[in-house]
Amino acid sequence: MSLVDRQDTLTIPATDRWDGGMGSVGDYVALLKPRVMSLVIFTAFVGMMLAPGSLHPVLAAVALLCIAVGAGASGALNMWYDADIDRIMSRTAKRPIPAGKVTPDEALAFGMTLSIGSVLTLGLLVNWFAGAFLAFTIFFYAVVYTMWLKRSTPQNIVIGGAAGAFPPMIGWASVTGNVSLESLVLFLIIFMWTPPHFWALALFKKGDYETAGVPMLPVTSGEESTRHHILVYSLLLAPIGVAPFLFGYASIAYGVISMGLGAAFVALAYDVWRKRSGDVARTASIRLFKFSIYYLFLLFAVLFLESILGRMMA
Amino acid sequence: MNTGDDGVKLTTEQKKRRRSRSLAIALTLAALVILFYVVTIVKMGPEIMNRPL
Repeated sequence: MSLVDRQDTLTIPATDRWDGGMGSVGDYVALLKPRVMSLVIFTAFVGMMLAPGSLHPVLAAVALLCIAVGAGASGALNMWYDADIDRIMSRTAKRPIPAGKVTPDEALAFGMTLSIGSVLTLGLLVNWFAGAFLAFTIFFYAVVYTMWLKRSTPQNIVIGGAAGAFPPMIGWASVTGNVSLESLVLFLIIFMWTPPHFWALALFKKGDYETAGVPMLPVTSGEESTRHHILVYSLLLAPIGVAPFLFGYASIAYGVISMGLGAAFVALAYDVWRKRSGDVARTASIRLFKFSIYYLFLLFAVLFLESILGRMMA
Repeated sequence: MNTGDDGVKLTTEQKKRRRSRSLAIALTLAALVILFYVVTIVKMGPEIMNRPL
């Protein structure tokens, strides 16, 4: 029998019972926000592929793993801090902490352990610039966005969106040890994409944010103002999406596809702007929200394929 | 030394879940050991095997 099996009492002052220790491995995986993590892995990988130079495949895999775990850790820290509002919102009520499966203290310890572990591993095994960048990203998401911006300003996701936009730059930095204009363009694409993506969500989940007291734009400035913002940001995003072609590190094929996708994004944003009430307005918001996910995925997928082809032909 | 009287008795479910978490942690640590070993070889190259004893 193992030591763990025999030690079945804990030195916690005896009350009625202890609520902790109920999290399964799956609950802890859920704390990492696996869906967000998969997008982070993908964009970071594209950043690595586009970067000049090369990285040993094992080190590249280590870098991706660290970036993914770091992103997951910041997700766990976000869930730790936001447990009170997650409990109120229908979209987040089933997360491990509000569901009572993991205690806030357990989530905090888990998030901090993985944060420190991922940063140190990336620094030690790949390079310290990338490690420091990952640390800054975790700090930005957990402290600047979650603890400060999210509950204090409707610009929360505009500024906080930077945290989600850093991974391709960290991927790039893992290969080169620095950042460049090309990696900044990848950052800008995600940075400009984030506000219309989340505002479209906030339009049809407005009630949730209102109840939880989160100052999302539709709650503080109204739906009409949010629609104006979505349209303006979409108009800014469309040309930025084409920028990799304009800067010469993506082919004409990327240029054409990104223009088409950008035009579709603007058209759907215009639809959201035009349809202001009833079910048609809600449908338009949901359609833009879903399309925005495909938009980002497709842009990075084309960049990824081009980098593969480029390396095969080199 | 802790006795059963001054601590919290874990339920069967808590013990079961702790066991699965412990197993996951053990596997993660083992994977990290292998990872650091492989990266050491990658970084130092095959020459690491060619040294005076």
